[in-house]
Amino acid sequence: MSDTFFTASPHWRWLIILYFFVGGIAGGSYFIAALLQWFGRGRPEDRPVIRTGYALGFWGAIISGALLTLDLGRPLRFWHMLFQSEHFPSLMFKGWSPISFGAWAILLFGACAALSWWEERRERAPTLLAKLVAGLGGIFGFFVAGYTGVLLSVTNRPIWADSPWLGALFLASGASTGAAALLLFSRRRGASERSIRWLESFDAQTLIVELVILIIFIASLWPIRQVWISFWGFLLLAGVVGAGILWPLRLHLRPSGGAGFRNPALMVLLGGFLLRVVVLFASNSIAVRHVASGGG
Amino acid sequence: MPEAMGFYTDTTICIGCKACEVACKNWNQLPAEDGGIRELSGDSYDNTRKLDGLHWRHVKFIEQFDGPYNGRWLMMSDVCKHCVQAGCLEVCPTGAIIRTEFDTVVIQSDVCNGCRACIAACPFGVIDMNPAAGTAQKCTLCYDRMQVGLEPACAKACPTDSIQFGPIAELRQRANKRLVQLKAQGEKRARLYGDDPNGPLGGLNSFYLLVDEPEVYGLPKDPKLPSRSLKQSGTFAAASGAVLGLLALVGLRKRRMDEIGEGAGGPGSQN
Repeated sequence: MSDTFFTASPHWRWLIILYFFVGGIAGGSYFIAALLQWFGRGRPEDRPVIRTGYALGFWGAIISGALLTLDLGRPLRFWHMLFQSEHFPSLMFKGWSPISFGAWAILLFGACAALSWWEERRERAPTLLAKLVAGLGGIFGFFVAGYTGVLLSVTNRPIWADSPWLGALFLASGASTGAAALLLFSRRRGASERSIRWLESFDAQTLIVELVILIIFIASLWPIRQVWISFWGFLLLAGVVGAGILWPLRLHLRPSGGAGFRNPALMVLLGGFLLRVVVLFASNSIAVRHVASGGG
Repeated sequence: MPEAMGFYTDTTICIGCKACEVACKNWNQLPAEDGGIRELSGDSYDNTRKLDGLHWRHVKFIEQFDGPYNGRWLMMSDVCKHCVQAGCLEVCPTGAIIRTEFDTVVIQSDVCNGCRACIAACPFGVIDMNPAAGTAQKCTLCYDRMQVGLEPACAKACPTDSIQFGPIAELRQRANKRLVQLKAQGEKRARLYGDDPNGPLGGLNSFYLLVDEPEVYGLPKDPKLPSRSLKQSGTFAAASGAVLGLLALVGLRKRRMDEIGEGAGGPGSQN
């Protein structure tokens, strides 16, 4: 039996799942927008996508911060993660604790996203400073999308600490859900067909990368494979792999257009959400009391 | 600087009276769960079941029975291990968890914001939320009592001296002597858990004498620090980010090549 089975659940539930989901979309969509701004040769046709990416990054960072704060046992003490409460204004930062450097990453990402969004709304060619902010924000964005998986790995909980692949998986999922969110929202903002086609192609590629990492992740959990003999195992297979990766991949490769289940972007978002539900709840369902006594 | 202090728990003389649990709750003013309306476990004589934010001591009943007349009871008063290398202290993002002058690990309730990272980091499942305080809580090794030269309430209340309190070096000597005695009496399964300063987590300042495998007592065989995964997990995440970034760039280049290939006008090709 893995040593991780002797630990207790931190009770991270829906607010944290939503945060992981929203943070992934925010980071992924901002990263794609920044990439388009840097390497898209400044095409005006890409601007609706870029603007949408920055808006998603900004609002996503705000919502992420709010979700994280609401999840705290003492929400009014959220600032204790950033400053030393007994020696204000000395900074609180632990480079070896993902939850500590993650709090700073969200703050800095939010600041970059706010600046980029504000600059983009001014409808003018981006300045060098704006591009630098976008570059920095893109790195922070991808960091926010991926560090949440690393955060889970840097624990002692079953599944999370039993595999080093969660950070990579969440980052790939952040990229795919970010691209999917851009597909959903930027179309309404006047994105060109050429931009949409590039986004669809990138989303399909990220889904393949995500699938490969997911397979490696599950294989790395072979010693504790019994955890998947549960509802969460079924949801992983049917919801995440089937409905959230394979089905939208098929729709991307043979586009037929459509809403609901026939809309690949919607299905990718559903899959990204279910991935976080499965990862959180599959681990939470393994509680210390089951092994604490002979009677359990 | 005072020397490192801690607990040595000899499980072979624990009688499961739970006096330590009561003393702990009493001294630390920990309220009853659900206002005292608590369901019985139904599958054990132990109804506390686990350590959490309201139960900083827990006497585990390990009931090994094949039938009504064939089996044995193992009892162990469990508590925070006050690890020399503490996972909870390592991850705490607020600095609420500190190491005291007695080499014990304490959560400062007025600093903790209830993020619960320490709960997931603890390799023993010791920490949990205190719903009344909204913060994570666990045994403080009665830091307030130690500061005025008193022994912790649980050790004081233990009627069989199963829980012994003192300087770690002295406790280790005492534990080794008892181990030799038990082995001489034929208890070949007797072993110390967490006494080795060169062992997992640099040793535990609350260590145990057991008479079976650690897993039987609900203890991990090889407890580890959560940060062991940081480097590898971070590297894999960075690598996947690099792959995805590269894919996006290749896609953009392909789009550019397609445009050149088409040789057509349109707003894109003018840039």
